[in-house]
Amino acid sequence: MKSLADLHALRDKLKSDLKLRKESGTKIIIGMGTCGIAAGAREVMAAVLDELARRHLTDVQVQQTGCIGMCDKEVLLDVLRPGEARITYGNVKPEDVSKIIANHVVNGNIVEDMVVGKIENK
Amino acid sequence: MQHIRAHVLVCGGTACKSSGSQKVRDAFARYLEEYKLQDEVMLVETGCHGFCEHGPLVIVYPEGTFYCRVTADDVKEIVEQHLYKGRIVERLLYREPLTQEQVPNYDEIGFYKKQHRIVLANCGEIDPENVGEYIAVGGYEALGKALTQMSPEQVVEEVKKSGLRGRGGGGFPTGLKWQFAKASVSDKKYVICNADEGDPGAFMDRSVLEGDPHRVLEGMAICGYAIGADEGYIYVRAEYPLAIKRLRVAIAQAEEAGLLGKNIFGSGFDFTIHIKEGAGAFVCGEETALMASIEGKRGMPRPRPPFPAVSGLWGKPTNINNVETFANVAQIINNGAEWYSRFGTEKSKGTKVFALTGKINNTGLAEVPMGITMREIIYDIGGGITNGKKFKAVQIGGPSGGCLPESMLDLPVDYDSLIAAGAMMGSGGLVVMDEDTCMVDVAKFFLTFTQSESCGKCTPCREGTKRMLEILTRITEGEGREGDIELLESLAENIKATALCGLGQSAPNPVLSTLRYFRHEYEEHIKNKRCPAGACEKMLSYVIGDDCKGCTKCARNCPVQAISGAVKQKHVIDQSKCIKCGACMAGCPFKAITKG
Ligand SMILES: Cc1cc2nc3c(=O)[nH]c(=O)nc-3n(C[C@H](O)[C@H](O)[C@H](O)COP(=O)(O)O)c2cc1C
Ligand code: SF4
Ligand code: SF4
Ligand code: SF4
Ligand code: FES
Ligand code: FES
Repeated sequence: MKSLADLHALRDKLKSDLKLRKESGTKIIIGMGTCGIAAGAREVMAAVLDELARRHLTDVQVQQTGCIGMCDKEVLLDVLRPGEARITYGNVKPEDVSKIIANHVVNGNIVEDMVVGKIENK
Repeated sequence: MQHIRAHVLVCGGTACKSSGSQKVRDAFARYLEEYKLQDEVMLVETGCHGFCEHGPLVIVYPEGTFYCRVTADDVKEIVEQHLYKGRIVERLLYREPLTQEQVPNYDEIGFYKKQHRIVLANCGEIDPENVGEYIAVGGYEALGKALTQMSPEQVVEEVKKSGLRGRGGGGFPTGLKWQFAKASVSDKKYVICNADEGDPGAFMDRSVLEGDPHRVLEGMAICGYAIGADEGYIYVRAEYPLAIKRLRVAIAQAEEAGLLGKNIFGSGFDFTIHIKEGAGAFVCGEETALMASIEGKRGMPRPRPPFPAVSGLWGKPTNINNVETFANVAQIINNGAEWYSRFGTEKSKGTKVFALTGKINNTGLAEVPMGITMREIIYDIGGGITNGKKFKAVQIGGPSGGCLPESMLDLPVDYDSLIAAGAMMGSGGLVVMDEDTCMVDVAKFFLTFTQSESCGKCTPCREGTKRMLEILTRITEGEGREGDIELLESLAENIKATALCGLGQSAPNPVLSTLRYFRHEYEEHIKNKRCPAGACEKMLSYVIGDDCKGCTKCARNCPVQAISGAVKQKHVIDQSKCIKCGACMAGCPFKAITKG
């Protein structure tokens, strides 16, 4: 490191690794109840992580949740953008993930035909 | 690159390590692999979170879930339930002591809510053995800014304006101290970081060094630039092996990255840091004794002046500050003096880290803005007194400090109010005492410590503290005499006025402050041979009350046949025979025997 500019460059590169420990922007929440896992939630999770890595979306948080009582619509995947409604997608397959991330997570356009629930932001 | 979706922070501070956090960490590594999560979950070892009592601590992000007292056997459940299925393991959450409520999140716990973390901001949040994490949260920015955008004068001026005062006990204005060292003309100057931390019960400096060592290195380098020194020493006690190890790693990584060494940030400024391990005598924390010790001489204080800023280590101008003092510097340079001086009171700026111990529910490290009241620290952060007992006193400032009573609980905690109240900030140890504590005994405890740590160089301290201790001992043994209080007071004033160093000058403080607020307790001991708190063993008497059913059990238990009485008649204890073993009271099926 030879200058302050070098420090800044390094910091910008390393910063994203720690974002998870601070409040973040968009959240993707995957249903990991028993039937969720049986319906392929782990595979959906893997597809989400791959897609986020591919697009370098390091500040998107991925969380899991347990059973929410819509077991017949598994796999369930929620997208929650700051200040917007929480959208629940149902019957999500790994191949749907890139569509949801591209349209909704990145551009804010809800993929209407897959929505099974909506919770308004209070 | 894999998207990391969760971080598992396992506390690797000294306390959590000794309660088994290494095994917890190993178990995480094993189970993350077993559940094939090792690429999407990152495992990090951090420094102390200050809540050691509840350790080993594990925090899981992004949720910020705070798990307490985690053992290796709990790890499988956390991995399977939380990390795999997203279900919080409720049985491991923290419970508020007063309400028994479970609190899932770090920042909602009462202990942390009222804290304001500047010095401890990164402790427990980053991996102290990875300079990258420190840089990622803004580390070394302040050094870069100072070296490339500020003159040494501007740095000194900024620290002066911030109002920062020394956290090692004396509270001397830090900027002014730097100005003196800067003004000394010499071909060689030194910066010393005092990490001797000798106060019994204090561990804030250790936690900073273990949890965020680069912050201290950065503060020292900025100081070096400001005063014109190119070499620094950290004097750290050998009993802190983990702190020493992390410092060595940190220095090596900083050198590797070009953040210490030659021509830092291309500015032409050179700075290197050495570690000197101290043998751990309390007096070696005194600055002149400390420098003698670095020079390889016996750690004994010498008279000042000359002050270190003029003639310090090897006779060269030297600036010496405490760990916590240096740990404040980077933030002041980054955010400006004005920002810093918004925290605290008129004359005591910023925050202070306290080590809470004693009869308090939440023991641990708490960083609070100066000027907060003692009541807030003890009740809101500390969670109140254990076992629902009554508060009696709080001892602040370690062996040089004093005891404050209930009536002082609303005192704002800052350097000057504490001195006016007969205590002192010291290094920030807070020992909370309940109604069962005898204040004469407390004074004796602290004086025993200072007496045994006196280096013996000057008579008032060496002999005077011995005399005072003899008097305190006889008072607690029921042998106190008329005039003892006055004798204590005159000895105390004498020692304070004539001792050579701070150890002797402050040694009488615990006695004087307890005399000031709890004089009646001394008088009870001396006049009525009674310890009101029921703590001084030699003064207790065991008495059989009216609940006695005459079962004869105590008479049979008594090893010296001090108890007499007929069957089904109330028994009595012959006080002249009783040796106060307590066997009768422990065995009475009707709880008829009391001591007092
Ligand atoms: C007996 C004695 C013990 C001391 N122990 C320490 C100590 O452990 N750590 C410390 O920082 N200062 C200690 N001091 C204070 C130091 O002499 C010195 O004032 C301090 O390191 C200056 O740093 P500061 O201005 O940042 O507080 C002690 C002083 C005395 C008289
Ligand atoms: S006051 Fe006590 S510790 Fe200090 S120099 Fe004198 S004898 Fe030594
Ligand atoms: S054991 Fe208790 S009840 Fe029995 S004789 Fe002794 S004091 Fe009385
Ligand atoms: S305290 Fe011990 S010695 Fe005294 S009366 Fe009770 S049993 Fe006997
Ligand atoms: S287990 Fe998935 S909604 Fe019930
Ligand atoms: S060592 Fe883990 S919280 Fe202090």
